[in-house]
Amino acid sequence: MPRKYVPYVLLIPTFVIIGLFIYYPAVMTFQKALYKISPFGNRSFFVGLRNFENLFNSPSYSQEAFTTLIFVVASIAIGLTISLLFSLLLNEKVPGVGIFRTIVFSPYAVSPAIAGTLWSFLLNPVVGYVSYTLLRIFGIHSEWLTSYPLALIAVMVATIWQNLGFNIIFFLSGLQGIPNSYYEAAKIDGAGAVTRFFKITLPLLSPITFYLAIMDVVFTMFTSFGIIDIMTQGGPGNTTTTLIYRLYRDGFIYFNSGMASAESIVLILVMAVITFIYFKFVQRTVHYR
Amino acid sequence: MKKKTKHAWRVVIVEIGLILMSLIVLLPILLAITMSLKSSGEVFSYPPTIFPNGIHFQNYLEVFQKVNMGRFLLNSFIIAITITVGKTLFGILSGYAFANFKFKGSSILFGLLFISLFMPAELLLIVPLFNLMRTLHWVNTYWALTIPFLASATSTFLMRQHFLTIPKELEDAAKIDGAGPMKFLFQILVPISKSMIGAVAAINFVYAWNLYLWPLVVTNSNDMKTVQIGLKMLMSNQSNNNWGIIMSGTLIALAPTLLLFFFVQKLFVKGLASSGLKE
Repeated sequence: MPRKYVPYVLLIPTFVIIGLFIYYPAVMTFQKALYKISPFGNRSFFVGLRNFENLFNSPSYSQEAFTTLIFVVASIAIGLTISLLFSLLLNEKVPGVGIFRTIVFSPYAVSPAIAGTLWSFLLNPVVGYVSYTLLRIFGIHSEWLTSYPLALIAVMVATIWQNLGFNIIFFLSGLQGIPNSYYEAAKIDGAGAVTRFFKITLPLLSPITFYLAIMDVVFTMFTSFGIIDIMTQGGPGNTTTTLIYRLYRDGFIYFNSGMASAESIVLILVMAVITFIYFKFVQRTVHYR
Repeated sequence: MKKKTKHAWRVVIVEIGLILMSLIVLLPILLAITMSLKSSGEVFSYPPTIFPNGIHFQNYLEVFQKVNMGRFLLNSFIIAITITVGKTLFGILSGYAFANFKFKGSSILFGLLFISLFMPAELLLIVPLFNLMRTLHWVNTYWALTIPFLASATSTFLMRQHFLTIPKELEDAAKIDGAGPMKFLFQILVPISKSMIGAVAAINFVYAWNLYLWPLVVTNSNDMKTVQIGLKMLMSNQSNNNWGIIMSGTLIALAPTLLLFFFVQKLFVKGLASSGLKE
């Protein structure tokens, strides 16, 4: 085989898979969104943009979009802050730090469903240690998973915890890439620890922080489905129903495939914006080695 | 002398901080372990006890009676191993194509692959993907649970990134010796890239093992479900709210990925850290 054909042959498996199972369904979504499909999928009518109209006119959809926004922004902001603080500690050169790193990275191995069962347990009003501790110390009796806004906070806690390992691995590798000489020079100039953090560490970590924020958007918006499904099933009321959870419900519980396709397109557009931002900023700046 | 004591104090404070942090992170798992080892009577005791009165494995046995955990484990292993092999092998092939060849359309293809990174089809496009499975008669089969995941942008990028760091002279030397491109890949490049390939495989295994929404919608019989879905079943009613059983199930589901992570943690860190690299 002539060398010029080799790369195309090498790419066949990957492109067959992503073509068939990512790009083809994406195109189908756009088509489906314009139709109303009967619950058993045997008849469909062209309805134009009516699925979108119904979607945007539904008050529950805007409420769920708002829930998603709060959930995503708060989980990422709090998660990144905690991860950065933990990474600073893990970057200290003290005995045994390797073991601590292994421990703190470990939530990376945990699945969303597992994060869901673990935190459902800890927050359970009867057997949960967190609930019990809060009751004994503060006298607060809280129904974490069945009242608003506690249920949303509970889901956030599980999400932040599960994502800690991933975030910290990146932050730590970023911290290790900052040359020590920068800090030495700043020390000689009389900069204190706080100044060094804000003037050296934080700016030099900003590309990684940005990269993580984008990756965390994907994670909190979509992968967290498992956490929500295990912990609250979108309840109480609809208060922990995020856009992906609603998509699942419309698609697989109410069998409203036209509506679900319209929702998919909204999510594709959100991801398109995020991809654009990524290309614009991260691709240019994130490089550490 | 004064400086040394200051330094020693700093180490002590950092160590205390590290211990507290590790406890916070590990606490959910530690408490799950103690809960899983309680006897069936102690599971429901209030206030909850931290350390079990003696070690009981009853809960672990009951997981297998309440749901078909043995079958779920088998399914999860079949699926995760198949996906890991596919993603890793195809990632090596396509990463090699992008790293070592100049060809027409390479930047367009690279862009297409990159965009797919932001379209997790098994979540974002779940309805049309499910309809496709129906058309193919793949619903409730291993095909649906594995084939759509056999290739990915992430593995391709990680392998490409790695192949780019290998000196060009190696390929030139192989060419002079008469080795074709495939021979060079499998006899020279793959053997010297073992640790990166291990890293990619480990990341893929965790990804595949932890899949949730897709197996939830695409399986409908008990003998096709995975351990993650088994947890949902334990949570919903099968366990009669016995948290000892639920936590045992959780730890069974967690053990494979957590053990893998502890054993090859360096590989994970290496692989993940280079996934943030630019071209």
